Amino acid sequence: MTAGVGIIMLVHTALNRAEQVARHWAAAGCPVVIHADRNVSAKTYGAFRKALSDVENVRFVQRHRCEWGTWGIVAATQEASERMLADFPDVRHVYLASGSCLPLRPVQELIEYLADRPRTDFIESATTADVPWTVGGLDAERFTLRFPFSWKKHRVLFDGYVKLQRRLRMRRRIPNGIVPHMGSQWWCLTRQTLSAILNDPDREAYDRYFKRVWIPDESYFQSLARLYATNIESRSLTLSKFDFQGKPHIFYDDHLQLLHRSDCFVARKIWPHADKLYRVLLSAPNGEQRRTEPNPGKIDRVFSKAVQRRTRGRTGLYMQSRYPRDGWENGLTADKYSVFQGFAELFEDFDHWLQRATGTRVHGHLFAPEEVQFADHQRYMAGALSDSPAARDYRPRDFLTNLLWNTRGERQCFQFGPRDNQALIWDMAKDPNAQISVISGAWALPLFRSNRDFPDIRADAAELQRIESRFLDALHSPFAKARIRVWTLSEFVESPMEPLQLVIDEIGAKTPRRLAEAPTMCDLKGFGHFLQNLKNQGMHPYLTGDFPIDPTGGRIPPKPGKKPYLVRK
Amino acid sequence: MLSDKTRRIRSRDILVFSTLRNEQVRLPYFLQYYREMGVSHFLFVDNDSTDGSADYLAQQADCSVWTTQAGYKRARFGVDWLNWLQMKYGHGHWTLVVDPDEFLVYPFCDTRPLPALCDWLDASSIKSFSAMLLDMYPKGRLDAQPYTPGQDPLEIASWFDAGNYTFAKNHRYGNLWIQGGPRMRVFFPEAPAKAPALNKIPLVKWDRKYAYVSSTHMLLPRGLNQVFDEFGGEKASGVLLHTKFLDTFNTKAKEELQRKQHYAASVEYRAYADTLKDDPDLWCNWSEKYINWRQLEILGLMSKGNWA
Repeated sequence: MTAGVGIIMLVHTALNRAEQVARHWAAAGCPVVIHADRNVSAKTYGAFRKALSDVENVRFVQRHRCEWGTWGIVAATQEASERMLADFPDVRHVYLASGSCLPLRPVQELIEYLADRPRTDFIESATTADVPWTVGGLDAERFTLRFPFSWKKHRVLFDGYVKLQRRLRMRRRIPNGIVPHMGSQWWCLTRQTLSAILNDPDREAYDRYFKRVWIPDESYFQSLARLYATNIESRSLTLSKFDFQGKPHIFYDDHLQLLHRSDCFVARKIWPHADKLYRVLLSAPNGEQRRTEPNPGKIDRVFSKAVQRRTRGRTGLYMQSRYPRDGWENGLTADKYSVFQGFAELFEDFDHWLQRATGTRVHGHLFAPEEVQFADHQRYMAGALSDSPAARDYRPRDFLTNLLWNTRGERQCFQFGPRDNQALIWDMAKDPNAQISVISGAWALPLFRSNRDFPDIRADAAELQRIESRFLDALHSPFAKARIRVWTLSEFVESPMEPLQLVIDEIGAKTPRRLAEAPTMCDLKGFGHFLQNLKNQGMHPYLTGDFPIDPTGGRIPPKPGKKPYLVRK
Repeated sequence: MLSDKTRRIRSRDILVFSTLRNEQVRLPYFLQYYREMGVSHFLFVDNDSTDGSADYLAQQADCSVWTTQAGYKRARFGVDWLNWLQMKYGHGHWTLVVDPDEFLVYPFCDTRPLPALCDWLDASSIKSFSAMLLDMYPKGRLDAQPYTPGQDPLEIASWFDAGNYTFAKNHRYGNLWIQGGPRMRVFFPEAPAKAPALNKIPLVKWDRKYAYVSSTHMLLPRGLNQVFDEFGGEKASGVLLHTKFLDTFNTKAKEELQRKQHYAASVEYRAYADTLKDDPDLWCNWSEKYINWRQLEILGLMSKGNWA
């Protein structure tokens, strides 16, 4: 009895597995025609044939050398197809498989599926213009140039000859104006279509042409089937996933559930030592027949995630096997964060207020010269990040990216200022994850409150203003990508709640609400005079903005317990 | 030469190369761990052990052992010995160079043996595989829980630092230079540049033209050090769980300090000795407890790359 489905197997390694699978097909009534690569040693091949000699409907054909991307694979397939059609007249569908293919569903289900679709050819077949499946940057040129050199063994010659042909504008004529198509090598064709391709009067011309095409095993049948098939389903019944370099993904024991749920008929490639897969999938089927359509969606997602990880990686992660060059990070940091400059100077207890208002983690000055001010004075932070300023300053950027990676999912806020390590001002300004709010000139407040000699204060003020202005230059540069807001101290003091509300809303606390409580502003009495003194000494604190000498004119005294005045947009 | 069983090596075997000195207590578990992973033969250089390590190994059917009295330092921290053995026996094999306190984990190592990884690397034309050193430590004093032969050291040293590593590219050899972890955090908070290197490339499809330059931190030719992607993607990588910090550590550190055979006049061992005599607890409240490779992958210490 034959089942109407014949299997062609192209094998080259792991012949013990190929033998197991061939027996499995044959036991279900499917005749099997095997082509073994000529690279398999005569001794191994002999043993393989002998091992299968007890199986009645298995045939072997003349061996060709099957190097990847060359004609040998097509020649082998032609030869095996001819043999199949000649020796097994009951076969209606011919299924092309490899030695590392494994049936996932009971063979009977495949037989019935195909019996229900007697005129359908399953072959993935698309024109080059429409698909981006190319390796080595060749798409339409696959079919218009010649490729006599091996891509794997003689890459220099291969590339050189491609270049030469491009320069000389050499173009090949495509016989009979067929439209080149390509697609998965693993097809299932009807006797009608397959025999029409093999017995075409122009076959010699087609063969001559495809022998010099790039990767003919993915285009010969795919193109010619379009000439004869009445009903092409452009998909492969074999689940076969490719990685970003065009190499097939390999299936292991831990894929068993995933493979089961895909409802695909056949999968490749299977790792030859995946004992559990072979044991479970080749064991006798139990339970009733399913008539479900193959559904590789879930498995597709797993593998496309792998490609995504290999090509784009996890944003904000720096590690032993992901260390992007400048500009190739796909985002410098892992998560959003807020940088406040001048707020802790203007408001008493700003950290705790911000923590209550936003529910985020609020640090002090993380980049202060003498200490790393983690939230709640912790010695270590997430990821066992150390509060050693020496370790932080050793690689400041790693310090920030580590902090944001370790705490991803929980927004970090920290204070910054001109006294702090300035190594990261450009990184932060360019980082779209950063929200940077600056009250310029607020560095003057601690000086104002300090009890130091005025010449020292003046020198410090000049230095801090210089440093802050460099930061502002970065923030105002065309490269800046952070969410940036800058107020002068005088502007901010004029109406503090509106900007505060704006910044807090943007942080996006879970329930957007009006601020119930204002942070306490420090006492500014006499500050205008202080600034005037600096000016009188020739040091103009321009970053504070214009501050009236009489402070009561511009200051809103905090009124505890009363709702602050807010202007909402 | 004490025991040469290298004739038993078959062409597709995965080989472990290791140097050791007085590690007898660790050897039973070490051998068991890598045998179960799919390693077929072990090649050891025993540096003058006095605890019977060499004899123990010589009795194993899958271990070849060479002994030497030459200084560890003069032989460039063991590299020269191993380079020679690898040149002679490693050519054409996947070779794994690990110390007896280093345990390789790689993506899917709980369901796929090491030959699966090596086959995949072969199919992907990848010749070298990165596995950074991850220092493991116990909670509490190092000497609180004694280690017994055959025991999984991770039962004691089950904690690690998840996210305090620093990276820099070494332009001379093209490798990444990684530092951090508890050794930088506890022993070198004021001098982080002196903290030991954690980058390792222990698994290589060996060719007699290759050589390790400094420990297994980097190789020649330089292309083998390109185990990281520079355009945003992630290459597949693993982790070497480093179980140095057991109760055996204090004695070891004292001994090594006396022998003065380690890198940079043993600055590392001196720092250990100084710190550990006061407060030998490496654990902190942000330490992470080891569960499995998936945890390390989620934390970003290693990556599946495009192996799925």
